[in-house]
Amino acid sequence: MTPDSATSRIEDFASCHDCGLAVELEGGAHHGATHCPRCRAVVHRRKPDSLNRTWALVITAALLYVPANIFPVMKVISLGKAQEDTILSGAIYLLVHGMWPLALIVFFASVVVPLLKLIALTFLLISVQRSSSWRPVERTKLYHIVEAVGRWSMTDIYVVTILVALVSLGNLATIEAGLGAVYFAGVVVMTMIAAESFDPRLIWDRARETHG
Amino acid sequence: MFKLSAVTSADGELAIPPGWLTLCHACDLPSRVGAVPVGGTAFCPRCGSVLYKRIRDSLDRTLALALGGLFLFIASNAFPFLALKMQGNVTHTTLSTGVRALYEQGTPIVASLVLLTTIVAPFLQISSLIFVLAPLRLGVRVPGQARMFRLLRRVQPWSMMEVFIMGILVSLVKLLGMAQIVPGIALWSFVLLIPTLAAATSSLDAEWVWRRVGLKP
Repeated sequence: MTPDSATSRIEDFASCHDCGLAVELEGGAHHGATHCPRCRAVVHRRKPDSLNRTWALVITAALLYVPANIFPVMKVISLGKAQEDTILSGAIYLLVHGMWPLALIVFFASVVVPLLKLIALTFLLISVQRSSSWRPVERTKLYHIVEAVGRWSMTDIYVVTILVALVSLGNLATIEAGLGAVYFAGVVVMTMIAAESFDPRLIWDRARETHG
Repeated sequence: MFKLSAVTSADGELAIPPGWLTLCHACDLPSRVGAVPVGGTAFCPRCGSVLYKRIRDSLDRTLALALGGLFLFIASNAFPFLALKMQGNVTHTTLSTGVRALYEQGTPIVASLVLLTTIVAPFLQISSLIFVLAPLRLGVRVPGQARMFRLLRRVQPWSMMEVFIMGILVSLVKLLGMAQIVPGIALWSFVLLIPTLAAATSSLDAEWVWRRVGLKP
């Protein structure tokens, strides 16, 4: 099974997604799945159904993004009065109170990152579908960035969790998680799985086809 | 198949024999990784992604950091995390208090996500590292090592402790002036756990480990 043997061609090899071993696919590159001899994971030449899955998840996340920003992420009930905070009003609160570096981080993590992730993934999907050969190195880098920054969107979910834990147990005020937090959690999970389902190797497949 | 024979380099470490075939995980370009010096990195010649990184004393360092991480993880969960003082009332919380409160308020989805990303995933990350590396260090094989090492790769993206710290920072600012927040022992061990696990992750030589725990055909 070394690539040097007479029957093996380099095109028949695929990288195991779990352990990175170069595995020779049974029946050549366009045949079905093979199990990795080193870690037993199923090896595909490309992630299965990558474009459709990523599209479905990106669209779901985009739909969830709307209620995530409209509905309040938390409700502060203090002395009978209730005050509701959305993602955006939470960032504005910090800004008004002079905490602009933190406001900037919250705004970036909760508003900009999910939006940029959706735009970047949509751009990558369309460019792959149009068999674009435009700057594959930069597009691969863009994918790596999308993969790396997505987690920071969880900041607001954690803020709600911590405030709920600290304040709901006291008797003067209560903080409750709002519906927006549920949708926002959905956005984070969907965009993370979307980034995971996209196969960056598709960028190079199409770029290679057009360049010959 | 690749020979699993050990090659001892000039620096006395067990090196991976040069010339092995690998496909770039990002662009699929096949490359043969040459002799990588200790501390050196092999990059994909086409897209620049990292193909292989050789780390000095990878096994010892990663295992030591993972064991330290386990200790800090236990401390992070066993001791009080944050306390809130408001008009004479003191509320103590642990790491899991927020999860429980969210669950009781009727948002189990959010509660599960927080539980997964701050407690379950970090624990699986630390325990799978120890489960795979400790037997390697002792020179024994334990059934399930390959499976646990696969699990490690899967859970890593869901371990988000550093983001949780950012959440704490924002929460503290929001409560400023309203109440006094007292950090507990667990918070400090949690803060230390983050660089410890990050260092464990970056000192791990996965290819080296796979060649030793992988199934032999």
